[in-house]
Amino acid sequence: MKLSNKEIKHIANLARLELTEKELDKYGKQLSDVLGYIDQLQGVDTIGVEPTAQVTGLTNVFNEDKVCAWDKNEVSEALKQAPDIEKNQVKVKRVLE
Amino acid sequence: MGLNSLTIKEASKKLKKGEITSVELTKACLKRIKDVDGKVKALLTVCEDEALNEAEMADKQRKKGKKGDLLGIPYIAKDNIMTKEVRTTAASKILDNYIAPYDATIIKKLKKAGAVLLGKANLDEFAHGASTENSAYGTTHNPWDLTRVPGGSSGGSAAAVASDMCVFALGTDTGGSIRHPASFCGVVGTKPTYGRASRFGLIAMTSSTDVPGPITKTVEDTAIVLKTIAGQDRNDATTPDKAVPDYLGSFKKSLKGQKIGIPREFFSKGLDKNVKETVEEAIEKIKDLGAEIINISLPHTKYGVAVYYIITPSEISSNLARFDGIRYGHSASTTSPSTFAKASADKPAPLLPLGLARDRRKERGEKDEVKTLMDVYMKSRGEGFGPEAKRRIMLGTYALSAGYFDAYYLQAQKVRTIIIEEFDEVLSQVDCILTPTTSTIAFKIGEQIDDPLAMYLEDIFVTGASLAGLPAISIPAGFAKGMPVGLQLIGQRFGEQTIFNVANTYEQATSWHTKKPKL
Repeated sequence: MKLSNKEIKHIANLARLELTEKELDKYGKQLSDVLGYIDQLQGVDTIGVEPTAQVTGLTNVFNEDKVCAWDKNEVSEALKQAPDIEKNQVKVKRVLE
Repeated sequence: MGLNSLTIKEASKKLKKGEITSVELTKACLKRIKDVDGKVKALLTVCEDEALNEAEMADKQRKKGKKGDLLGIPYIAKDNIMTKEVRTTAASKILDNYIAPYDATIIKKLKKAGAVLLGKANLDEFAHGASTENSAYGTTHNPWDLTRVPGGSSGGSAAAVASDMCVFALGTDTGGSIRHPASFCGVVGTKPTYGRASRFGLIAMTSSTDVPGPITKTVEDTAIVLKTIAGQDRNDATTPDKAVPDYLGSFKKSLKGQKIGIPREFFSKGLDKNVKETVEEAIEKIKDLGAEIINISLPHTKYGVAVYYIITPSEISSNLARFDGIRYGHSASTTSPSTFAKASADKPAPLLPLGLARDRRKERGEKDEVKTLMDVYMKSRGEGFGPEAKRRIMLGTYALSAGYFDAYYLQAQKVRTIIIEEFDEVLSQVDCILTPTTSTIAFKIGEQIDDPLAMYLEDIFVTGASLAGLPAISIPAGFAKGMPVGLQLIGQRFGEQTIFNVANTYEQATSWHTKKPKL
């Protein structure tokens, strides 16, 4: 499986990664190698096999629906990590044009 | 040998008798860190003052009558485990200045038990790798040979235990990240059953296989740590309501009647001759100790790495989407309000994909400005993530993208089912499975760094248990060319006791675990 430069750019864009031309070239080759190895999975007979997403066997694990107070220090510590804060809220650039 | 080389069992005995204090023990570890970590480079952060405070507190509590095997015992945590008010980087530049606002559940449990946190250990960035060479902060060196890697991704934790910088360490294992470095460094590493110990407060990598576990000097110590960190947690819905046994109190002395399966596929091509001989000798020893050796076959485990490198990057691409430069971590966003206003007033340029936008701006001699929300995402992530994180994010994005989902992700999930069923079938006939942990001894630093596929194949013997959620332990089984060799035991889900019994009996009958690297 050889990924074209266009495909690599498309993937990086979907992944929201700004890459240099050098990076695109390097990762393109490396990812093609890895996909070449992974292609062996196409040869496994999986007709009638259910996919596995998790192994616990647990389903519908619920917690009681109640609001728990969050430690004030932890709140301020968590907010401190953001690059831009206004009125105790994380500020982002405009989303709608 | 200083106090720092003690095991948990030895140290806690001395603490109980009042022969030593936790402050003395902690100081011995801190001194060892100062003496050797310049060479080994296992640690990213050392919490000297905090550790001494915690040690003092542990000594006070002991005087007041508090008991426990981990009271006053100094340990090191892998740096993808959140530790309140302590820098937690996951060895990534994107979290360079991140201070964890809360403790992971396993850290909380250790705090409650009175264990003393000495510092945070190096790893491959976001635990992506098998050598620690993917760390944004430099490679950790193998204490047995400083020109070699310690394995990974919990390489800092394993190297710290092997060089006696601490009494024990915590790692995380997603596809071998505890067992692999434990094998390369000659220490004991356990990946518990998926769900046995809470993932709350771990920086998520592959949520369907991530599990934290102990790296220790002996199997007994592993049992002590796992008992403390295991159990149901309401903050991790994948931890079942299942009692945690007293592993240490239930150790058996003999291997009589134990059926141990040897999968022939694991001893064929690709396994280094010296490693093979060492593990075969260990199997003979286990036979002498009374176990029945049974040849088994796991034909689909050969697909383990291929399955793992679809499922893992897919989950990574989703889990690492949270690093977007908005709430925490490295951000390309400008903070001054005036810039913000200016950017909103200007009509943002149409978004060009990737580095193209940046390259063209540079060609035009324009300043690389961050104007739109998209710019913040693209730049923060482009600048913050290292090569392996980027590769895995892209691989996962590709596998999950329209047109490829069925061929890659769905097919991998189906082959995962076959691998699980094969393990379960075999484990209904034997008590546990024995394999080499790794196919070679620790490789040289730099040897495989430009070949991601070769690095992925390092996980060939360890991914199976991860995909199937089974508990597995790596213990020292001898040396090849002066480097440690590990053997892996895989048990039934929540069957940690069985693999601990076999591992402990073998350990007690051999002396590999007592050998120390010269530093």
